[in-house]
Amino acid sequence: MKAAAFNYQKASSVDEVLNLLIKNGDNAKLIAGGQSLLPSLNMRLSNPEILIDLQGVEELKGITEHNGVIRIGAMTTHTEIQDSDIIQKHLPILHQAVPHIAHRAIRNLGTWGGSCVYADPAAEWPACALALDAVMVIAGSNGQRRVAAKDFFLDLYTTALQENELLVATEFTLSKYTSVDYFDELSRRHGDYAVTGIVCHLELDQGIIAKSRVVYFSVASTPVLAEGVQALLQSKTLQDLSQTTFIEQAREMAKSEIMTLSDLTNSAHMKKHLVGVLLERALKHIAA
Amino acid sequence: MNKPKELPALAPVTNEQRYIGMSEPRHGAKRLTEGLGKYIDDLQLPRMVHVVYWRSPVAHMRIKKINKNAVMDMPGVVAVIDGQDLAAVCKPWVATLSHLAGMKSAPQHALAIDRACWQGEPVVAIVAKTRAQAEDALPFLDVEWEELPALLDMHAALDESGMVLHPDLGDNICFKRSLDVGEVDAQFAKAAVVEEATFKFGRHTGVTLEPRSQIAHYSADGRLTVYHCQQAPHMMQDLYCRQFDLSESDVRVVCFDVGGSFGIKVHAYPDDFATVGISILLKRPVKYVADRLESYLSDIHAREHVIKGRIAASAEGEILAFEIDDLTGIGPYSMFPRTSAIEGNQVVNLVGGPYKHKHYRAQLNVVFQNKTPTCQYRGVGHPIACAVTEGLVDLAARKLGIDPLEFRKRNVIPDNAYPYTGVSGIKLEVLSHEQCLAKIEELMDYPSLLAEQKSLREKGIYRGIGFATLIELTNPSPAFYGVGGARIASQDGATIRMDPTGVITVSVSVGEQGQGAEGIFAQIAADAVGVPIDHVRLKTGDTETIPYGGGTWASRGAGIGGEAVLLAGMALRENILKIAASIVQMDASQLTVKNGKIFDRLNNQEKIPLSEVGRIGYYRTDLLPPNFHPELTVTRHYSQKDFPFIFTNGVQASYVEVDTQTGFVKLLKHWAVEDCGRVINPMLVDEQMRGAIVQGIGGALFEECLYDSQGQMMNGNMADYLVPMATEMPDIEVAHVQTPTKSSLLGAKGAGEAGTAGAPGAVVNAINDALVPFGVYNFDQPVTPQKILQTLKLIP
Amino acid sequence: MQTTSISMILNGQKIQAEVEPRQHLVDFLREDQALTGSHLGCEQGACGACTVKLNGKIVRGCLVLAVQADGATVETIEGLSASGTYRDLQQAFLQLNALQCGFCTSGMLLAAAELIQTNPTATRTEIREWISGNYCRCTGYQAIVDAIAHVLEARQSN
Repeated sequence: MKAAAFNYQKASSVDEVLNLLIKNGDNAKLIAGGQSLLPSLNMRLSNPEILIDLQGVEELKGITEHNGVIRIGAMTTHTEIQDSDIIQKHLPILHQAVPHIAHRAIRNLGTWGGSCVYADPAAEWPACALALDAVMVIAGSNGQRRVAAKDFFLDLYTTALQENELLVATEFTLSKYTSVDYFDELSRRHGDYAVTGIVCHLELDQGIIAKSRVVYFSVASTPVLAEGVQALLQSKTLQDLSQTTFIEQAREMAKSEIMTLSDLTNSAHMKKHLVGVLLERALKHIAA
Repeated sequence: MNKPKELPALAPVTNEQRYIGMSEPRHGAKRLTEGLGKYIDDLQLPRMVHVVYWRSPVAHMRIKKINKNAVMDMPGVVAVIDGQDLAAVCKPWVATLSHLAGMKSAPQHALAIDRACWQGEPVVAIVAKTRAQAEDALPFLDVEWEELPALLDMHAALDESGMVLHPDLGDNICFKRSLDVGEVDAQFAKAAVVEEATFKFGRHTGVTLEPRSQIAHYSADGRLTVYHCQQAPHMMQDLYCRQFDLSESDVRVVCFDVGGSFGIKVHAYPDDFATVGISILLKRPVKYVADRLESYLSDIHAREHVIKGRIAASAEGEILAFEIDDLTGIGPYSMFPRTSAIEGNQVVNLVGGPYKHKHYRAQLNVVFQNKTPTCQYRGVGHPIACAVTEGLVDLAARKLGIDPLEFRKRNVIPDNAYPYTGVSGIKLEVLSHEQCLAKIEELMDYPSLLAEQKSLREKGIYRGIGFATLIELTNPSPAFYGVGGARIASQDGATIRMDPTGVITVSVSVGEQGQGAEGIFAQIAADAVGVPIDHVRLKTGDTETIPYGGGTWASRGAGIGGEAVLLAGMALRENILKIAASIVQMDASQLTVKNGKIFDRLNNQEKIPLSEVGRIGYYRTDLLPPNFHPELTVTRHYSQKDFPFIFTNGVQASYVEVDTQTGFVKLLKHWAVEDCGRVINPMLVDEQMRGAIVQGIGGALFEECLYDSQGQMMNGNMADYLVPMATEMPDIEVAHVQTPTKSSLLGAKGAGEAGTAGAPGAVVNAINDALVPFGVYNFDQPVTPQKILQTLKLIP
Repeated sequence: MQTTSISMILNGQKIQAEVEPRQHLVDFLREDQALTGSHLGCEQGACGACTVKLNGKIVRGCLVLAVQADGATVETIEGLSASGTYRDLQQAFLQLNALQCGFCTSGMLLAAAELIQTNPTATRTEIREWISGNYCRCTGYQAIVDAIAHVLEARQSN
């Protein structure tokens, strides 16, 4: 199908974007990579009057490391994340996740920020952001504010972004501890939306788990933290994770605490079952 | 890398055989690697307009009023046309065939009048200068309609007290058939083993990458040209003549490059007629390209069946009988002109096909539903018949404790039994089941796989091996459609012309869909005439320039089109030799044509080039004997008349690993041994087989048109309807047995559909083999991870 | 109908045009520039038939607006073919029968070209994963994998 008509404006600064948003209100949509927006325009599911293109806003680009904080600009593409030495060194879980995101041609244009703001429950980046305690840097007419990932993803396709606000970047504070990461997703075909996915990020203080994040995605309307499982992991060693009793306990905890929703072809029961399976595989892999 | 090995040579069919049987690349395909393909949507014509259809948003509605006024004011809109407007130029049709006794269907219009009977049925046409403008105008079309109860369940369709979709027809049965051969009840009663199962097949569709596309151009002088990506241009020419009261002399159908068809593009769609009708009304070119969302709703669907099957076997491992009860749900109308009953009819004909049992009973009910119409799609009933047969065969084998491959070897029709009439009445010329089974056993190293499967099971890794023996009809005679009154040709023709410089142009009535038809015709023509292959040009697809024929369907291109090319080439060669003989003053029998030159057969001395034959034959006929007129253009037609169909056979094997915790299936490897008679080009046939197998795997594991309780298709887009992509597909090893057909000189049988016929059976059997340690099985296609977990009782 | 002026380097040549903002890049290429080698199979970014190169990287042409290509470099199959840079790949497709109807071929070649550039030692598994965004209904994908593997191997040994 052909998209309905709209106007187009390419912005060159964050301030210009904010002004255009205020001026146009609900009639405007921001276009980042366009890989989710354009299909919905082409299928006439979305009908904005004006598109504001972020492609020319340099402030939104780039991956930097400064004083133990990694900053990913909202307009960083998935391919740029994949190719980034900084990411591979400091946030390897993102590097692990990239190949699961759609396909190369989409990754060349799709952006970190676009994915986070679109907040598809099956998306990898929101889950990773949650697992890494990322902080969303948001610009609005009152200046910048910061929102923790756990407060950012509110509901299906809904984030904490208010009207006339723009996600500028995401910040990750590097831990002084050793990290152990695990990423897995089950999908019918390579690059498809996940049936169920898991992101595990553990921080070890001299072999003891000081902090853990276990995030499931594509099971509910947002990525979800398995807080009960995290509590079980606290203060354990990696060796503990291979014990059958621990795995059983963790599985049962995950299955009881994670509320799953069905999708078109996978029931809530199926997803709940997979929640347990993925955790078991994660624990065994991490322990090994 | 799996480069196809050249096959053991059969006796040559031409004097100088250089290309037939060889893996010659398709010279005509080079431009497709350069972006120089010509697909219908690539064409622009002067004054061309675009049509978009307002399609019924619900499964069943009464159309009350169509208000066009607001639309006419929209920018670029040229016309708004409804069913009544079109009925003035286009007749309705009823799609039945007289040889399917008792078949019934209701009249259908190009644009629905009074009622729309499926979500997606076209109701109103908006014509504008651009597609975008037509789509902009769509929301302004005011159609007053009232939703009607919808018939969405096959079982409900059979319920006599329930809703009747077409009250005039009395019930919802489009076609029913009963077959009862031998003493089925007695066999089941005495059998040592009786196994039964219910087999489900999810409705799915073809998803050609190039959507259906058409440009209809009716000019003011009364001539209609339709540019169409179609498999059977002459069939469409005939239909346009009859539906619009035009003469064949004034109707031309032109096909260029076709971006995949698989049967989806062999049917006559209501929007085909609507687009033509609009052009007739407006007297300008009208382009219609189905966008992908429309394609899911409007392309034909196929393969929605529930089949209860039983098999009876003796203690010694002999199959005694099969019985099936097939319920299949089509759309609200049988599809024009090939009808929606053929698929079910073929299931009845083909179940049990490879085996030598003498007792068989089948019951078929083809029922109407308010869903997208269904019709022939690659393999037609074969994938279903094969999956049912082979699933039952495995159940019996397992019950008896006999190895599944061994069980098949014991029960297939022996290779020396032909000609043979199958228990359902099908006439089999010559097949090679035994050879194929032996060959696949070796090809896959079956004993090693069994050993590997056993040792991995002990480690909790569950792999399965599945077989599917199959038969596949090809090279049909008029038994398929002609005898039923359909004006669909079962014969094809080829015209070969030698130009003055000695190059040849070959026009054939079978068209190129990507399967390599033009490539193999070039090989055959080059060998038949005796020229290098780069001296051959192919013309197909244009009814104005090709002989009259049937086109591409039922795997007939190589066997029937190829034979016509061969006969024409041989006849042209004769004529060339006559001229040459006169020029060099020798007897024609002493000469031969080789590599574009005339040679003395005895001493292999080169005499004259073909260009000299052309020079004299065209420009210097004064140098030839008085009553001798050179004929350097020859046409031959061929029709297969020895059998209703020339059946082929094959066997496939699938090796899978089932993750019993997630339900995900990994396809490790796939093998196919295929006997399609003389293989004209091993490389082309092999990848045809692979493509067909992957398409079959699609239906087995991934593809299904999903409907909600209101009859709305829920996954009609390319993110949610899952077609096979590269990562999940296995490497597929293909081997051949060649048992030529004697019904033609060429000896070629068809090969396009066999892959699809056997793949689902093999894969489902492999999955069930993997699950044997759990004592469960699943015959519900597509076999999704969720279904596997449910079968394993890990989830409700 | 508001239009915008754009200019770009298209297959090595500077061009200028007027486009509606809503027109996606492939429609612009096919309809305004008569470059019909890139095809439309879904317009939702799932099939890959529309793959073209934007600023040196493959993209789905149906998921990029023509206005977004203003000031950019765009290369289509026609340009790739004329440049001769991947003649070996095109020939391998032909010799090894990696195409049938040809509708996916333009996109498949563009995708394969980027693989050759970014991962010259790709394994068969990696090749399969890379082309998983390109739908082919005709082949079993195997001949395509064979052709790409063949080219990678040939280039490595040169």
